[in-house]
Amino acid sequence: MSDLNQKMAAKYQNNFLKEIEEQAEMGEWVKMCMQCGLCSGSCPTNFQAGWDHPPQELFMMIRAGKRDEVLKSNSMWMCTSCYNCYVRCPRKVPVTHVMHGIAEYAYRIGQSPKNQPTQHLSKTFWDNCTKTGRVNEVKLTQSLYFKDGIGSGIKKAMEMQSVALGLVKAKRLNLMEAVGLSHKCKDIKGIHAMLAKANELEAKRQADKAKA
Amino acid sequence: MTSVVATNQTILVVGGGISGMTAALEAAETGKQVVLVESNPYLGGRTVQLYRYFPKMCHPTCGLEINLRRLKANPRIQVLTLAEVTGISGGKGAYSVSVKLKPRYVNSNCTACGECGKAVQTEIDDAFNYNLGKIKAAYLPSSMAYPQRYVIDPSIIGTPDAERAKAACKYDAVNLDDQEETISLNAGAIVWATGWQPYAAEKIVYYGYDRFPNVITNVEFERLADPHGPTGGKILRPSDGKEAKNVAFIQCAGSRDENHLRHCSRFCCMGSLKQTHYVEEAFGDAGKSTIYYIDIRAIDRFEDFYQKVQANPNVSFVKSKVARITQDKEGNPVCNGVNVEGYKRYATAHDLVVLAVGMEPSVKGIDIPAEVMSDSSGFIMADPANAGIFGAGCATNALDVNRSVQSATAAALRAIQVVNKVARAEV
Repeated sequence: MSDLNQKMAAKYQNNFLKEIEEQAEMGEWVKMCMQCGLCSGSCPTNFQAGWDHPPQELFMMIRAGKRDEVLKSNSMWMCTSCYNCYVRCPRKVPVTHVMHGIAEYAYRIGQSPKNQPTQHLSKTFWDNCTKTGRVNEVKLTQSLYFKDGIGSGIKKAMEMQSVALGLVKAKRLNLMEAVGLSHKCKDIKGIHAMLAKANELEAKRQADKAKA
Repeated sequence: MTSVVATNQTILVVGGGISGMTAALEAAETGKQVVLVESNPYLGGRTVQLYRYFPKMCHPTCGLEINLRRLKANPRIQVLTLAEVTGISGGKGAYSVSVKLKPRYVNSNCTACGECGKAVQTEIDDAFNYNLGKIKAAYLPSSMAYPQRYVIDPSIIGTPDAERAKAACKYDAVNLDDQEETISLNAGAIVWATGWQPYAAEKIVYYGYDRFPNVITNVEFERLADPHGPTGGKILRPSDGKEAKNVAFIQCAGSRDENHLRHCSRFCCMGSLKQTHYVEEAFGDAGKSTIYYIDIRAIDRFEDFYQKVQANPNVSFVKSKVARITQDKEGNPVCNGVNVEGYKRYATAHDLVVLAVGMEPSVKGIDIPAEVMSDSSGFIMADPANAGIFGAGCATNALDVNRSVQSATAAALRAIQVVNKVARAEV
């Protein structure tokens, strides 16, 4: 992974904006930002505690070529995809998508922050739901709770106990999923074939991009 | 029946604001016959609703007075107020135009003595003051109104109030049988100068213009500062009448925004810089202004005006487009957002928030009874296919008064060229 990072850094040298434009999905929108601040003002997450940088600052850092600071930042991973910024942006910059694009690129070249919770969730969720075409909620929660070890996992599970019981009572959570008896798609093979094709297309697209 | 003298050598000017008046005067002063059509009961348009002009901070009444003197002295201009163009047929050099005339119910005997206004009891919204106050249903639209003649609102026709107005008039000026009529006239060229309207601020949902009484627009603020306005020139906020000593101005309220108006409205930065003077004029050092901006565009040669305001310790600038307005317990509007200089969140309470709303062309969405081309914002453009109709002023672009006048003079010249050709052909 770090090889790819070195390769990309060498390819774009000091033009980080160009790197983002070409490699990150929707990255070509970064230059459209006019620094009005409406996106961060509209953001429901309190980034001063949780985020390193609000979106328009991140965009400015990309233009300023602050490669390491941007790629290693946790900011893109804190986006909750509420789309307030995208809806309101006076330039119609798809801020939400750009954030995800940068996050995905940072992950792809191995520069994203380690053990970042939302990154962990994304990965776990994806692996979990692509297995059977449906999410195994018990296993997903387990994986999240025990991310930082058994002790903190048990503590979190105890905290959420009443919520879990409520979900079970309302038949929203099936405890049998813990032993693999989860709901599945009817045509698992079909789902896997579809995902394989999508992966193939995406790999080709990225290979073309890297070549270009 | 209203009679209008017009031939194919006549220039029709639609809209009697600063642009239309200028185009009409410039053409008439070169010897052309002009018909000036205005939908309001008075001339002057949005310009006379301003308290002061930038950059010299003089009053619009001054410029209007000069123009009115020129108008009164010129027999070649026929003015039709309460009039609306409803149809245009024919082509360059030979247009046939129908004009709908709404009844004023007051004839030229009127001396503007005001007795009818005193007699009438019904009150209506004061359109001249952007509905910030109420006026009697028999009214003079503004102190500078031309023609200087009262208007009776159609809503009281057929009620005892109308009879009271008639009985109060000593000059037999009230004619309650006045009827709407449509006249047709000829014109060789047409100048379309229907101006602009303030962007509908309630559409910018996160500013709560329609939810918070102390969030107003820049055009309304002009009326608050004007001695002839609803507060007699005192800057009092709408919710409780408290003096608004701490005023926030939000730039680009609707402008430069793909979700609202995609163009820069050009006048609003200078407008807000100008309005900080009103706050200082009213309260001295106790008056504080805050301008929230993306970037200040002091269009034209006004950078020095901007620099002087910047140097004023009572005016502060925050580089940020406010993301949301909320209201605190005292009814103060609170501006929320992120300051782009330092990327810190703020939530600042003010006495009053003024939205510097942008210009929307009046022609947008309105059926001009002729084929004209418009740009992506709805402003009309020169159309080679219909070469006898010319836009002027804010119907063609977002312009300040100065540039509207330039635009109108250019349009008058183009119209003159058309009717000159007609004249040569007819000899």
